[in-house]
Amino acid sequence: MADAASSLAPKPEGATGVLVLSDGSVLWGRGFGAVGDAVGEVCFNTSMTGYQEVMTDPSYAGQIVTFTFPHIGNVGVNDEDLESQVDGAVGCVVREDVTLASNFRSHGEFGDWLAAKGKVGLSGIDTRALTRRIRLSGAPNAVIAHDPEGAFDIPALLRKAQEWPGLEGMDLAKVVSRTASEEWEGSIWTLGEGYGHPSEEGRPHVVAMDFGAKDNIFRNLVQAGAHVTVVPAETSLETILELKPDGVFLSNGPGDPAATGAYAVPVIQGLLERDVPVFGICLGHQMLGLAAGAKTAKMFQGHRGANHPVKRLEDGVVEITSMNHGFAVDNASLPDSVEETHVSLFDGSNCGIAIKGKRAFGVQYHPEASPGPQDSFYLFEKFVGMLA
Amino acid sequence: MPKRTDISSILVIGAGPIIIGQACEFDYSGTQAIKALKEEGYRVILVNSNPATIMTDPDMADATYVEPIVPEVVARIIEKERPDAVLPTMGGQTALNCALALFEDGTLDKYGVTMIGANADAIDKAENRTRFREAMDKIGLESARSGTAHTLDEAFAVLERTGLPSIIRPSFTMGGTGGGVAYNKAEFESIVRSGLDASPTTEVLIEESLLGWKEYEMEVVRDKHDNAIIICSIENVDPMGVHTGDSITVAPALTLTDKEYQIMRSASLAVLREIGVETGGSNVQFAVNPKDGRLIVIEMNPRVSRSSALASKATGFPIARVAAKLAVGYTLDEIMNEITGATPASFEPTIDYVVTKIPRFAFEKFKGAEPLLTTAMKSVGEVMAIGRNIKESMQKALRGLETGLDGFNRVPELEGAGRDTITAALSKATPDRLLHAAQAMREGFTVDEIHAITHYDKWFLRHIEEIIAEEAKIMQDGLPIDAQGMRRLKAMGFSDKRLATLAVRSVHVAGGLGETQAKRAGLLHDTLRAMAGATSEDEVRALREKLDVHPVFKRIDSCAAEFEAVTPYMYSTYEAPTFGEPENEAMPSERKKIVILGGGPNRIGQGIEFDYCCVHACFALSEAGYETIMVNCNPETVSTDYDTSDRLYFEPLTGEDVLEILRVEQSKGELVGVIVQFGGQTPLKLAQALEDAGIPILGTSPDAIDLAEDRERFAALVEKLQLKQPANGIARSRDEAVAVANRIGYPVLTRPSYVLGGRAMEIVDSEQQLDDYIATAVQVSGDSPVLIDQYLRDAIECDVDALCDGEQVQIAGVMQHIEEAGVHSGDSACTIPPYSLPADIITEMENQAKALAMGLGVRGLMNVQFAVKDGEVYLIEVNPRASRTVPFVAKAIGQPVAKIAARVMAGEKLSDFPPFKRDLDYTAVKEAVFPFARFPGVDPVLSPEMKSTGEVMGIDRDYPRAFGKAQLGASMRLPTEGTVFVSVKDSDKPLIVPAIRTLIDNGFRIIATSGTQEYLADAGLTSVELVNKVAEGRPHIVDKIADGEVALIFNTTEGWQSLKDSQSIRASAITGKVSIFTTAATSVAAAEAIDTIRGSQLEVRSLQDYYS
Repeated sequence: MADAASSLAPKPEGATGVLVLSDGSVLWGRGFGAVGDAVGEVCFNTSMTGYQEVMTDPSYAGQIVTFTFPHIGNVGVNDEDLESQVDGAVGCVVREDVTLASNFRSHGEFGDWLAAKGKVGLSGIDTRALTRRIRLSGAPNAVIAHDPEGAFDIPALLRKAQEWPGLEGMDLAKVVSRTASEEWEGSIWTLGEGYGHPSEEGRPHVVAMDFGAKDNIFRNLVQAGAHVTVVPAETSLETILELKPDGVFLSNGPGDPAATGAYAVPVIQGLLERDVPVFGICLGHQMLGLAAGAKTAKMFQGHRGANHPVKRLEDGVVEITSMNHGFAVDNASLPDSVEETHVSLFDGSNCGIAIKGKRAFGVQYHPEASPGPQDSFYLFEKFVGMLA
Repeated sequence: MPKRTDISSILVIGAGPIIIGQACEFDYSGTQAIKALKEEGYRVILVNSNPATIMTDPDMADATYVEPIVPEVVARIIEKERPDAVLPTMGGQTALNCALALFEDGTLDKYGVTMIGANADAIDKAENRTRFREAMDKIGLESARSGTAHTLDEAFAVLERTGLPSIIRPSFTMGGTGGGVAYNKAEFESIVRSGLDASPTTEVLIEESLLGWKEYEMEVVRDKHDNAIIICSIENVDPMGVHTGDSITVAPALTLTDKEYQIMRSASLAVLREIGVETGGSNVQFAVNPKDGRLIVIEMNPRVSRSSALASKATGFPIARVAAKLAVGYTLDEIMNEITGATPASFEPTIDYVVTKIPRFAFEKFKGAEPLLTTAMKSVGEVMAIGRNIKESMQKALRGLETGLDGFNRVPELEGAGRDTITAALSKATPDRLLHAAQAMREGFTVDEIHAITHYDKWFLRHIEEIIAEEAKIMQDGLPIDAQGMRRLKAMGFSDKRLATLAVRSVHVAGGLGETQAKRAGLLHDTLRAMAGATSEDEVRALREKLDVHPVFKRIDSCAAEFEAVTPYMYSTYEAPTFGEPENEAMPSERKKIVILGGGPNRIGQGIEFDYCCVHACFALSEAGYETIMVNCNPETVSTDYDTSDRLYFEPLTGEDVLEILRVEQSKGELVGVIVQFGGQTPLKLAQALEDAGIPILGTSPDAIDLAEDRERFAALVEKLQLKQPANGIARSRDEAVAVANRIGYPVLTRPSYVLGGRAMEIVDSEQQLDDYIATAVQVSGDSPVLIDQYLRDAIECDVDALCDGEQVQIAGVMQHIEEAGVHSGDSACTIPPYSLPADIITEMENQAKALAMGLGVRGLMNVQFAVKDGEVYLIEVNPRASRTVPFVAKAIGQPVAKIAARVMAGEKLSDFPPFKRDLDYTAVKEAVFPFARFPGVDPVLSPEMKSTGEVMGIDRDYPRAFGKAQLGASMRLPTEGTVFVSVKDSDKPLIVPAIRTLIDNGFRIIATSGTQEYLADAGLTSVELVNKVAEGRPHIVDKIADGEVALIFNTTEGWQSLKDSQSIRASAITGKVSIFTTAATSVAAAEAIDTIRGSQLEVRSLQDYYS
């Protein structure tokens, strides 16, 4: 494809937004949301619903999300469909201009909300072409920019995209994690009731390590009967043990598991040595794998969508899952002490492990859904159930 | 988990004739299922009475029974074939009901037949309103407040709880027949009555009204391992109150947050689990209160359905194929997703486009039917369109409907109308309500106002508002002259034609002069074009060419480009040049290719028969080594299945859309030609535009087609060949029409030119009636003249189907109509071979057909209609294209007629194929099926206007038996005892005497109205009893029909008065489900059939057996 050529292509009339890829491609469109620019890795997500959850998922930190579904923003935004209070994705790319919201739960417009969050939106892009490009040549680094006047310094934006170091080796968990521990309140959402608030008596205590967690994980743990204390990513083993956990949860999060694992893996190993029950999701799962002696690797093509089939090996049942990962536990590297429990039916990559002889397991996908199918809520019950 | 090895043969039950609520989607699903089961090595036995299906092709199943789908006949098939299992979930409600009856009467048990796909208990639990509600209560899902009733009294008791308005749904009916919405007690009573009648279990469900709520549908597939996936979510644009089959729908759901969507998803899976659908596909329907999201389960179908066909085409996921594999024991993870070729079927398709379905209606065919949409389905077909946004998707669907729309056309009745008129129009759920909403915006209504009246979600209305605003801008400024501006308009889905119409208006020439001038040439026209940008469709296209603005083609890959797709299933869209130029995924091949244009949405007069021909063309040309490329926009069809052709474009069949496909396909390889003669009138209308664009048309030339359609040119050919036509003439005004009719002499047959399905055709007896016809039925003008023919009363009509390669003519079949001339050929029953014509007459018709084929230069198929009167053969019309009768002929004679025709069109010779063997030792009868029960108040009488939606074939060793089977297949059960009511017109009286004698001999009681009774008594039939006409006081004949005293009715009429007087007789027959024959010929045939069949059992025999 003509990259140098297209970077020279003149700005189309009325263009107020642009995505400049580090390879020199310049994708013109219409900006919305925050004015300004942001640098990140361009990924895609194939979910047809749940854009607000995606945009508040800390796992997308440092990323620009391309939504493959053309109409985004239809149902506006509300105060409930948030997955964190931190900055996840830095921007998003959509095909269609966002129109006024229509949904009884909507409290505002998607564009205004993005602007308030400081995230840049870009519409008018052939998102399918961009997705195919990502599929074929990997996720590029890029700058997304929005200026209502349409004034862009393309060479400067290109330089910024090229100079950005990228996600590999980056410990983004530190950036998006809480800085102080927090007692989590609230269980899952139900129609007409909102989030639940079950009583706190006699619940097993789960200490949840926040590497950039989605809130719905905590809600599911509470729903399953746990009392949850969320602690920052870099919390030490001693601090965790002082909290007297019945079990420790390892959250999802952005970035390279090897980088975050540098400090988290020893903590996890300490927990395993002391037979503390452990449950990990996504990044947490990968670090559990590292702690158990397996390796992780960056995937050529990450999994990002809400339609991914995973086979549960114990009984052959298929779970339709929400996924968002660019790294995976290498199933060829699993030591004898680790059992593979789930695999992806799309490409056979590892989707779940259990440590033999321990109450410790992890899944690569997102059983907390939000967005996505709720086939795997049972895992929370399984975890809380083993904290007798 | 491997497939089941405890079964080796499977009976698949089809859906029978095409009727409202059950169309060709069941041929699509059945065909997929049969292919999937055969792939697994099972012996497949099929029963389906519909000959126009691909599934009944003799090389599909191992044993194919074209027999009536009624329990006693299917039981005979089971007895003979001894299948190990029956798959009842592929043939709609017909198959489900039939299988359930066979389960309940012990037949399945007796012969050790297992139900696969869904068991009897699951079917009953899903279909029985009370059990379903209990099941929903159990899993904590809310149902509407409701109750069931078996009597009127019970119904009123339920009404106390639910209140008005109230929704009434009869149990065990498809498409909601007999149901409706009642706003007052009188309406309530009448709907409950018809609902109780329509329900085979005399049961109706009465529900609280959810009018105005949003409606959704989820397509679910589940395997025996409890793996369950959602294939597609569908959102109805029309709110609750309009049957989902009659609703405009979009996929995926567009106005739900993920949290709400997941509630619906989890609920759908819970419903399947609770009902116990373990191995197959189902759909679950929900209503959602737009104010608070309250979710109510409406119903579920434990089988594949019309919406599964839609979901399959919308996502690329082959639901029926997968469901069939699950039924024999596979699990979802063991089945490949053939679209990607790389991933398993156990995933949920995700799409990156918007799909719109718009139903197509036929109210204009049924005088007296009010075009109002209710909970009983009335549409006869549908169009689906795919776009990258809702605007493009909707506008493509509107032009794909082929109802004369190019997009959101103006609604003249509402132009400049008062607010009250517009409000009234919006408040009625008519087929045109979406267009009314758009017009209301032009008239100053706001989105909020329209939403308050229609309950259309504002999200949809706002997109329509943007389209209307854009239209206003074009009407103001003309067309953009730069590529970016043009691309922006095209990406909103505007057709070239619509743009031209709008652009012309930008030139403010007074009094419509702009429009007039736009059609002409000259200086003024040039000025106009310069100002508007373009003034005609061709000029808009030329402008686009100049700006290099063309659509690109994207793949339907079930995964939003996350994986590489292997299946070439495509749609067009206008994309931004994101990477230098718009990305096109068409990747045309280097092969020799042939494009087959399909028939578009089903309608009366153009249905599954044409899709059958298109599919055969695909198969035949593939076999001959060509790359086949299918273009169609009807989601119900086999032609739009992903493995029917080598490449599939799901696109509207308009000149613009087809030319853009050809442009891409011609960029590589060799386009051998386009086939336009197989898809009915739809592609035929495009022939000229394609030829003008230099596209090779295969087979008969467009000029020859025009020659056959153009009355004056055709008359010259007839004269040259020295054939005889009924006297005829053309009239371009009322006065001309009167003059022509006087010259020919009444009665005359009148119709507008260029018709299909006999639209607006009528037999006219007098000048007064002619005046009435011209005033109400047609517009007579220079552009659209009316054709007037001598009407040959009581003549016998015949159809001849033939093939011609330019050197040789092969007659495929001569069909004798059973109804006399004057009934539309599509509505007539007919037989192969003819049952009463002398050999010399048949030979004469064959010779004339041969002469015509050569004279016209036919290459491929041709259909000729003749009338025989007093030993004289009259030529009625010639259609040098595939006709509606092709599949029937092919099934009757056991020859692949359409396939050979396709190969002849591609250049092969008839001498390359073995000649047809046409001396049959059996008879095949085709009978038409009518939707009168859907249109209360419409007189169920046959006329030159086609009204049937489908057909069945009865095949047996002789004519009476075959006729009897055809009637049974068409739900006209011939009684073996009881009372027969006879009232026939004078000219029919002599004909009917022997028939009545036969019935008396068979023990029937005969009652007749005075004239008929007198005549029959004079003829010696003194036992015939007298019954009062309606006007003669009570109890009269209608009372007796309503009381169920009458088992069979022979009723023929002549003249308007007598027709009007007897309408209540026919109407009560339809409501009372009494078999009725409205022509003397069919009455005689029915009597003969009863005489032959009575006391003996119907024999069943497979097509393979007949042909061997």
